[in-house]
Amino acid sequence: MIYEFYALLPLAILSFSSLLWLVIDGIWKNKSLNFWGTFASLVITFVSIFFSIQYFDLITGIARNQLVTKGFLSFNGFSYYFDLVFVFAGILTLLSSRDYQRAKYIELNEFYTLILIAVFGMMIISHSNNLLTLFLGIETMSLSFYVLAGFFRKSNEGVESAIKYFLLGAFATGFLVYGIAFVYGATKSLYLDELSVLVQNGSFQKVYFTIGLVLVLIGLAFKIAAFPFHQWAADVYTGSPTTVAGFMSTAGKASAIFGLYLIARYLIFPFSGIEFAKFTSSQVQLVVAIISALTMLVGNFIALVQKNVKRMLAYSSIAHAGYLLMGIVANNAEGWNAIGFYSLSYLFMQIGAFLVLSTIETSEMNFVTMEDFSGFSKKHPFVAGTMSVFMLSLAGIPPFAGFFGKYLLFVSAIKAGYLWLTIIAVIASIISMYYYIGLILYMYFKEPKLEISPRFGLPFVSIVLCLAGTIILGIVPQYIIDFTYYLIR
Amino acid sequence: MELILTLFIPLAGAIILLFVNREKHNFIKYFTLSVSLLTFIVSLFLLSKFDFNNTNFQFLTEAIWIERLNAGFRVGVDGISILLVMLTTFITPITILSSFSAIEKRNKEYYFLLLLLQFAITGVFVALDLFLFYIFWELVLIPMYFIIGLWGGKNRIYSAVKFFIYTVVGSLFMLVAIIWLGLYVGGNILHLPGGFTSNFMQIREVLSQNPISFDIEKWLFLAFALSFCIKVPLFPLHTWLPDAHTEAPTPGSVILAGILLKLGTYGLIRFNIELFPHSAYFYAPYISILAVIGIIYGALVSAVQTDVKRLVAFSSVSHLGFVVLGIFSITVEGMQGAIIQMVNHGLSTGMLFLAVGILYERRHTREIAEYGGIARVMPAFSVFFGIAMLASVGLPGLNGFVGEFLCLLGAFKSPVLNSYLFTIFGATGVIFAAVYLLTMFQKVVFGPITNPHNHSLKDLNNREWAYLVPIVIFIVWIGVYPKFFLNYSEKTVKSVVSKVHTQSLGNTSTLNNLNLLKNIESNLGAKK
Repeated sequence: MIYEFYALLPLAILSFSSLLWLVIDGIWKNKSLNFWGTFASLVITFVSIFFSIQYFDLITGIARNQLVTKGFLSFNGFSYYFDLVFVFAGILTLLSSRDYQRAKYIELNEFYTLILIAVFGMMIISHSNNLLTLFLGIETMSLSFYVLAGFFRKSNEGVESAIKYFLLGAFATGFLVYGIAFVYGATKSLYLDELSVLVQNGSFQKVYFTIGLVLVLIGLAFKIAAFPFHQWAADVYTGSPTTVAGFMSTAGKASAIFGLYLIARYLIFPFSGIEFAKFTSSQVQLVVAIISALTMLVGNFIALVQKNVKRMLAYSSIAHAGYLLMGIVANNAEGWNAIGFYSLSYLFMQIGAFLVLSTIETSEMNFVTMEDFSGFSKKHPFVAGTMSVFMLSLAGIPPFAGFFGKYLLFVSAIKAGYLWLTIIAVIASIISMYYYIGLILYMYFKEPKLEISPRFGLPFVSIVLCLAGTIILGIVPQYIIDFTYYLIR
Repeated sequence: MELILTLFIPLAGAIILLFVNREKHNFIKYFTLSVSLLTFIVSLFLLSKFDFNNTNFQFLTEAIWIERLNAGFRVGVDGISILLVMLTTFITPITILSSFSAIEKRNKEYYFLLLLLQFAITGVFVALDLFLFYIFWELVLIPMYFIIGLWGGKNRIYSAVKFFIYTVVGSLFMLVAIIWLGLYVGGNILHLPGGFTSNFMQIREVLSQNPISFDIEKWLFLAFALSFCIKVPLFPLHTWLPDAHTEAPTPGSVILAGILLKLGTYGLIRFNIELFPHSAYFYAPYISILAVIGIIYGALVSAVQTDVKRLVAFSSVSHLGFVVLGIFSITVEGMQGAIIQMVNHGLSTGMLFLAVGILYERRHTREIAEYGGIARVMPAFSVFFGIAMLASVGLPGLNGFVGEFLCLLGAFKSPVLNSYLFTIFGATGVIFAAVYLLTMFQKVVFGPITNPHNHSLKDLNNREWAYLVPIVIFIVWIGVYPKFFLNYSEKTVKSVVSKVHTQSLGNTSTLNNLNLLKNIESNLGAKK
């Protein structure tokens, strides 16, 4: 089928090239070639996604959910949008990783390939139309993350990070699979489109279905580090390479949120006449809302007392997962669009912040504390300014991208009648102001103590891209909002 | 066009400044000054073309920004905002002139932030879209945070963070209210395609015809009021102000007192009174009580200060109390008085801060006890200081009197407050003001020179003359012939007040106080 070819083109390019570079690395061991090669593969994938979108729009109109490979994968606008987000995150991370690895004296080519595989896993998630495909995508992504998290194999934190992530991650995956099995047992189907019809008709085993749903939700909640499954996040992000931490906490989180979106849209919230489905969906909505509220509050409260900037960003990323969950709770078109917009803006600001950190870290200095940033703006006004923009954006101060993302999420939540959740989000944002502003305070208002200087070079290409994204999305959000609506319509 | 230019010239200047070499100090200073003077000249055209018989928004410019959310770039001025825009464009060149000596490090960043601040403040006054308004409102915060934190006094970091957090707390709740309002008006009533609107004029129009039920309206009112009252600041929410004012560099204090506080009072008129008339009626007595407490409290605390700058800062709490009292009297006199008092306070308190700054630059102390007998060495300075002080006290013939008198008159006649006690207690604030300001003035300026350091103080230089004289001109002008200024706002204020009264009477179910209702009716009857 020609349209299957077009649909699968980005996935094929990515999976093929990741294997190809693994083999080439085995033969030539040329670091430069491998780095640029993997980079080029990601860029080509990025371009091919546009081709794919273009093709679908011409032939069929993208509104319909295109099923290929006998219904295992689905192709629609929203998943393409997320593909773009994931691949872009990969590009930003890859571009900045080489200098960082060199500074840490661990330069291995597998690193780049693993990022490619992780992006591939995420794309599988965003295209899955089957619970097993979803599971496969999550596992592909997570397995590369386990390895990437432990990339500092000589440092204790690195090992701790990898072991912790792997053990808890495997445990969560168990929940996920077990839940999927229950869902299958209750409905005799794994295809999301079929499941949504079955749920609407009410033709399924209610008790097992509910158990299955809860287990699946637990598994996914672990992956997005939502309360009360958030404990691993800070340690893992702190121990893993900083560029990877940025990647995991944005693209990784966004893909898990996408998985949750699929479950929510097809299994929990399909509008239905039957009493049971109504009851479950409102109950689940409430539970997710409570999880969302607690995630924001807990993440921000713990971030408040962190001295290590990387740890602070890690905890703040938990809080941001809470904000993203608001879009799931809202369960309307605005909510999904808001998730799309916020994922992209979060990607720019969070990766940007982590990358700035990564350029400062050296092999001797593993952790950059708030104190270390004292007087940073005196020597490096541009880098300090950039970091301030990321912080202000993360805090949700206009006119930066983070503000618009939050605004859209608030709109969707209030529209869905979740005013209390919005008010809690507001309170959480206020708490978060304190530490985001705190970093700016150190950079600008304190006298310099330690001599820290960022390494310029390739990472700064990524950082400038992030900066541009944060500002452009903030000042002219119109285009991205239109684009997401165009893709989701 | 004039309005767009007034808004964007400072931003353009700020952006150009980013590309200037930081070593060229003189260029940066004079460039910024000329940008702000240019803005002032353009705004004079704005003033001359303004038609004060027209109660609608003028110089209206609308452009779609985010189509889905019906958010647009909508700006315009009416009688309420025109004077405040003028105040902004007038005060900014003065602060820039005063910065020449007050700011010694990081010139480039400073002047960049100052121009950005002017852009943001003007934006708040002219924005006619709630979304745009919110963005400008928050944008004000960032430059001010840096100005306090980077160029402030000893305790600057604490004050900057306190200022930031206080303001953010209020504004985020306002954001929730804005979204709720946008969804309600855009989705539930107008059924717009995006289900959302933030067009102020549209919302005002819709709300005047379909009032929101009082139970919800009062929460919206409170969410907006919280944000504005923190900025004003109203009595229990004022604690950020003395710190921020005291620690900010002189030009920062001038902008803070001169313009920034007016954002709050402006917001109260523009949003709380115009959009939520029923709740404004309901809460007017409570807010007025807080305003009166603020007037007296601010004055009493000022009286015991030993730091000149802190004294002036607390006096702001007291003076802004008059403004809030005037606004929530919901009478033409009161609101007119409030608007003119906003301008007055900007001029007289701004000038007091400038005077304190001039002293500080010479002696590097703000303690009252360190001074004494300044009149002998700095006669010209003492005259200017005296004028500013008397204007602040409210001496008839100077500007402060006009505003305070009108505010108190409004409170006296107000059908909503319905009690003379507000005026009686409020008026004591004027007496207290005389006590603390005159005492301070006497200690600093008169008497023998007790401190040997003060013998060698130099009197005003040309630059200081240049920025003090224009303020004095306006102080006297408003004091002697306020009609020129009152004219600009009169028609608009009348229409706003009558709309509020008719809307509140139209929906009597929200008013549970029958006595109050009778009062309003008799008042309206008397007017007809």
